[in-house]
Amino acid sequence: LPDLPYGYDALAPIISAEIMELHHKKHHQAYVTGVNKALEQYAEAEHKGDVPKMISLQPAIKFNGGGHINHSLFWNMLCPEKEFHPPSGALEQAIDAQFGALDGMISKFIAATAAVQARTWQGGSGWGWLAYHPEAKTLVITTTPNQDPLQPTTGLVPLLGVDVWEHAYYLQYKNARPDYLKEIWRIVNWRDVGRRYEDATGA
Amino acid sequence: MAFTLPPLPYAMDALESKGMSKQTFEFHYGKHHAAYLNNLNGQVAGKELANAASVHEVMLATWNGGKPGPEFNNAAQVINHTFFWESMSPSGGGKPGGKVAEAIEKDLGGYDKFVEAFKAAGATQFGSGWAWLSVGKEGKLEVSKTANAENPWVHGATPILTLDVWEHAYYLDVQNRRPDFISNFISNLIDWQRVEQRYLEATK
Repeated sequence: LPDLPYGYDALAPIISAEIMELHHKKHHQAYVTGVNKALEQYAEAEHKGDVPKMISLQPAIKFNGGGHINHSLFWNMLCPEKEFHPPSGALEQAIDAQFGALDGMISKFIAATAAVQARTWQGGSGWGWLAYHPEAKTLVITTTPNQDPLQPTTGLVPLLGVDVWEHAYYLQYKNARPDYLKEIWRIVNWRDVGRRYEDATGA
Repeated sequence: MAFTLPPLPYAMDALESKGMSKQTFEFHYGKHHAAYLNNLNGQVAGKELANAASVHEVMLATWNGGKPGPEFNNAAQVINHTFFWESMSPSGGGKPGGKVAEAIEKDLGGYDKFVEAFKAAGATQFGSGWAWLSVGKEGKLEVSKTANAENPWVHGATPILTLDVWEHAYYLDVQNRRPDFISNFISNLIDWQRVEQRYLEATK
């Protein structure tokens, strides 16, 4: 389990200390424990050449491994509000070119992740992403279900991920997921996101 | 004519001493369940679906053979949640009796095996979803799990018991501890008399 780059209370009042502690110490820890266990069992099965067993372990590897990958990214993609800087440089240009302005991108992002009645998003558990499409060379807004990790399952490069599992916001925002999605932009670590964009584009 | 929600079968604090708090019901029934209903009414307004005899009909119609329309999510969640409230009772818990107990013995290998299977279904539904005890198409009991709003009705089975394992169902009460939530439901909340009635109805 990686340490958070800040204290549990660092993202308050946008995300409470209570949520951060549970999210890191319980949920993320459980994914780490889970993937380690599944990989151990997988290695044993592989050693015995037990392919059916190996296959039966793949959902647990994907779920727990994906959960570990996603949360490890997430902690770094956020920062305390007092350290907030808006997007700059190449990323800012790309966002403006493609979405008109940061607000335009945010509206699309929220539309993709907020609504339970959205066509393609069943609204249960998953992640919203601002990503880079390495072939089309564009920014993409997309979602993944459950703990499916973005790059291994789609090839898209994650720039910013937002956890929309209920555990990410429920104790504070309850059913009001749109409020969480509105507030979280105050703590996006655009420097980290910008670095990822530069790495992805070779800028 | 807009669809409406049936009232909760008990007061919001009726299950508090059994581990499901009033606060949970205020949100789960008062906000989540209500939102599915309101969203559904908004979606069907002015359409043919608004004339369906029941939300259950809308749910089956919009399942669309596994490629559900946008109304399905809301319709199914309206149905699933009502069925869930009615699966619990302030005098719930304990072990099943009657015909359903016999069927659990015969079809599932006994109560302990049922508990093991139901716990596993709830715990291994990795994202949001539901655990179910249903009468299958061949008349035998089966334990299953579904994701998000999906349920056994759309697959032609007849549920007799369900447990909501979306995080909103338990987060205020036990936070991340879903296994504790599942155990408590099994030991203290299941309305086995209602489950028996449903079983008799499904197998007559």
